[in-house]
Amino acid sequence: MTDYIIPLLLAGVALFALGKRENVYDALLEGASEGLRLLVSIVPALILLLTAVHMLRASGALEALATLLSPVFSALGIPPETAPLVLVRPISGSAALAVGADLMAQYGPESPIGRTAAIMLGSTETTFYTISVYFGAAGIRKTRYAVPAALLADLTGFCVASLTARLFF
Amino acid sequence: MVMSYIWSAMILAALLFSMWTGRGAELGRAVLEGAQSGVTLTLSMAGAICLWSGVGKVMERSGLTRLLSRCLLPVIGRLYPSARRDSQAASLISANVCANLLGLGNAATPMGVAATRRLSRYAQPGTASDEMCRLIVMNTASIQLIPTNVAAVRASLGAASPFDILPAVWVTSLCSVATGLGAAFLFQRIRHD
Repeated sequence: MTDYIIPLLLAGVALFALGKRENVYDALLEGASEGLRLLVSIVPALILLLTAVHMLRASGALEALATLLSPVFSALGIPPETAPLVLVRPISGSAALAVGADLMAQYGPESPIGRTAAIMLGSTETTFYTISVYFGAAGIRKTRYAVPAALLADLTGFCVASLTARLFF
Repeated sequence: MVMSYIWSAMILAALLFSMWTGRGAELGRAVLEGAQSGVTLTLSMAGAICLWSGVGKVMERSGLTRLLSRCLLPVIGRLYPSARRDSQAASLISANVCANLLGLGNAATPMGVAATRRLSRYAQPGTASDEMCRLIVMNTASIQLIPTNVAAVRASLGAASPFDILPAVWVTSLCSVATGLGAAFLFQRIRHD
């Protein structure tokens, strides 16, 4: 079922745009080259962060972190191996992508841990970055309950991601 | 500046830890392997990111995103009362939510920022209103229908159907947004009563 979502979407969008007499191919090309520029802008960060992540893993620090936090994570139903991802996700988007991709590579994309990491990455956001950009632009200094509410949403995301990775597959 | 501390701390922790565990050789190799995997990871996502930006551009040009954001207006009006009186705020918020849904993060941020600015008209200067807090929660909880980047990483690692995580991602996002908004409403009550 999920196999057809993306192909159907591609066909649907193309037909809708053609119906509106829109130059579909031109728009695709323009968007794709914008995507390429976006990609170039994130490469340096990914290289630096993956260097650090690989060094942390090689040194055994990531395993130690997982062992250290495993009582808390097990109580929440989250695999302790995903601890680095959970900790870094609200702070840095590219670091989270680096850590998540590393987990998927290490345990396999179809392993329970790899799937949990993928679902976590797909269903959460860089909370602190978003709050600082949005509120910074609007000149907000008193953020009231925005941070606790957003972090509670993140925590729910991590717990439910671990749950769905177990239940759906 | 935050990232400078985080990165330096990561490197230092790896160095000290490897001395303690005696994994010096592995650490030295990891430096170059890690840097290389940054390039590999980027390349593995390149196709998906470019294709999806292209599709996003078609949706924007053909008016599909505008159509979708108009469908969202009734929900937006319930969550953001000032959007019922201010059509500019309503269209900014719904465009932001719509871009998030479609996984067009680049388009979502400028519209979310503009929406926050617009909502600040109805708030005390320098203080986040209840509506702004709800907008933040909706953006940080990520309501993304098609997580293309993650699917691309899975595909590059040999997953048989990289999109099979979609239902799980939807359920998870729905739960986290609901919890975030529920918490926001609860905190609002506690503060006011």
